[in-house]
Amino acid sequence: MTRPVPVLLLVLTIAIPLSLLAGRVWIDPLDTPNAAIILMDLRLPRALLALAIGGGLGAAGAAMQGYLRNPLADPGLFGIAPGAALGAVVSLLFGYAASAWLLPLFALAGAGGAMALLALIAGRSGGIGLFTLAGMMIASLAGALTSLVISLAPNAFAMSEIVTWLMGALTDRSWQDVWIAAPLTIAGITLLRAAGPSLDALTLGDAAACSLGVDPARLRGLLVLGVGLTVGSGVAVAGIVGFVGLIVPHLVRPWTDRRPASLILPSALAGALLVLLADCLCRILPLVTELRLGIALSLIGAPFFLALLLKMRRGLA
Amino acid sequence: MMLTAEKLAVELGGTALLHPLSAGLHPGTITAICGPNGAGKSTLLAALAGLTEPSTGEVLLDGASLSAMPARQRARAIGYLPQTGEVAWDMVVRSLVALGRLPHGDEGALPVATALAACDLERFAQRRVSTLSGGEKARALLARVLAGEPRWILADEPLAALDIAHQLALLVTLRRAAAGGAGVVLVLHDLALAMNHADRVLLLDGGRLVADASPEDALSGRNIANVWGVAARWLGEPGARALVMG
Repeated sequence: MTRPVPVLLLVLTIAIPLSLLAGRVWIDPLDTPNAAIILMDLRLPRALLALAIGGGLGAAGAAMQGYLRNPLADPGLFGIAPGAALGAVVSLLFGYAASAWLLPLFALAGAGGAMALLALIAGRSGGIGLFTLAGMMIASLAGALTSLVISLAPNAFAMSEIVTWLMGALTDRSWQDVWIAAPLTIAGITLLRAAGPSLDALTLGDAAACSLGVDPARLRGLLVLGVGLTVGSGVAVAGIVGFVGLIVPHLVRPWTDRRPASLILPSALAGALLVLLADCLCRILPLVTELRLGIALSLIGAPFFLALLLKMRRGLA
Repeated sequence: MMLTAEKLAVELGGTALLHPLSAGLHPGTITAICGPNGAGKSTLLAALAGLTEPSTGEVLLDGASLSAMPARQRARAIGYLPQTGEVAWDMVVRSLVALGRLPHGDEGALPVATALAACDLERFAQRRVSTLSGGEKARALLARVLAGEPRWILADEPLAALDIAHQLALLVTLRRAAAGGAGVVLVLHDLALAMNHADRVLLLDGGRLVADASPEDALSGRNIANVWGVAARWLGEPGARALVMG
C-alpha cells in the first residue's frame, strides 16, 4: 500500500527542475549569462539540500508519531535538534563558522551528545513515557544552554549571526553541505524504515508488540540513530527547520493504509517536496532580505497545527 | 507441544505477584484461568506468553525455555491477545489482521483470509476499525492473533464487555482453533463461561494456584466460597450450568 510513492515521485521530478529555475533571478538556461554556474554551484546543491532535509524530517516525524502512537509527536521531542543547534551555536560563538566543516561537525557532535544522553537514560529498560520525558528534558536543557551561549556572545554582531543561523535557511549553501547531509539522511531514513515493522506492531500496544516479537531496546536504538542522523544532519547544514516532521505525516496518512511503516517513505518524499517548495517561496518572495526557511515553514505550520487541533476537538466532542 | 510452567514465580519491585506454581498445559484444549481481582491471572498469562520475565522458575515450550528463545520464534508459536484492545491508528480491518503476520515477515494473504473468515469478518475487511462495534472489534483483534497461526492462543479476558451472542461466537471460534490442534488459554471473569466452555480451570487466589482441575472440581461451591467468600451453587446439567449466588 504505497500508492502515494509513485505520485510523489512524479511531482518531485516536475518540481525539481522548476525549482532550479526559480529565484530572485529566473533563469532561462539558454539566455541567462552564467546560467550553468548558477545552476550547478548554487541552485542544484540548494535543491538537493532541501530534498535531504525535508526527506529526513518527514521520515523522522512519521517514525516518531508511530513510536509514540500519537499524531501530535514531532522529531523535536527527542531533544536531538536542540542538541545539534547547541553544538552549532557553540562553534559560532568561537568564530569557527569561518571554516566550512567545523560548524556542521559541532552540530553533529551536539546531536550525538543528545542521542547518547537519551540512550543512557532510557536505553536498555524503561518505557515510552520515560524515553519521551528524557527527550523533552534534553531539549529543554539544550535550549537553555543555547540561550546561555547567545547571552555570552561578545558583541551584537556575533549575537545576530547566531540568532539568524538558528532561524534556519538554505542560503549560500554549497556541495560540501550536500556531502554532509545527504549520506547521513539516507542512512537515517534506511534505519527508520528498518524500524517500520516494529512500529506497526506497536499499534496494538506495548504488550501485544512484545508478543509479536518486537525487541523494545532494538527499536529504541533504531529510532535514536535514525532520528539523530536525519534531524542532526539537517540542523547541521540548515539550522532549525520546524513543523515539517509534524505536518507531513498528517498530509500523507490519508493516502496510506495508516500503518506507521507504510507512512515512512511517502512522508520522506512529501517532506522533501514541502521543503523544496518552501525554499523556492523564500527565494521568490520580493522581500528586502530573503525570508528565512525556518520562519516560512513555521508560518505555514502553526496555522495548520491549530486547524488540526480544532478538527481533533470536533472529533472528540 | 506442551506449554509448561515450572515453579514459575513473578515479582515486581519486591512484591510477589505470583508464588511458585507448576502446571502443564495441553494443546487441543481450552484452559481457563480464574480468580478474584488481583489474584495474578493476567500476570500468569503474560508469563506463559513469555512477556514477563519470571523471578524464579521458567516457562517451557516443548521443553525449551521461553526466556532463552529468540523473540520471533516465540512470537510465531504463541499468540497473545491483551485485554486493552488498543488500536492506535485507524486502519482497515484487513491491515489490522495482517499485523498478526509480523513474526513471519510475510503478507500471509491466505492465513489472513482464513482468520477473517473464522471470525466472520469478511464483509468488514475494508472497514476502518473506528467504525466497528465493540463485538466486531474484539473479533478483529482475535483474527489478528489467528492470522499468525500460533500453536498457542493466550487471551486476557477476550469476552469481557461483549454481549452473550458475541461471547458465544468468539468461544466457538476458539473451540474450533483448539479442535485444530492449538492450545487455548483464557483469563475468564465469568465463572459460568469457564464452567461450560473450558476443559480445565486454573484457580488462582492471592498469587497462589489453589486448584488445577476440571471446571466441575476447580469451581466447586466450596472453592468459590473459599476464594471469593461468596456462597454460591451451580444449577443445571454439566455443559449448561448457571451460577446462583446467595
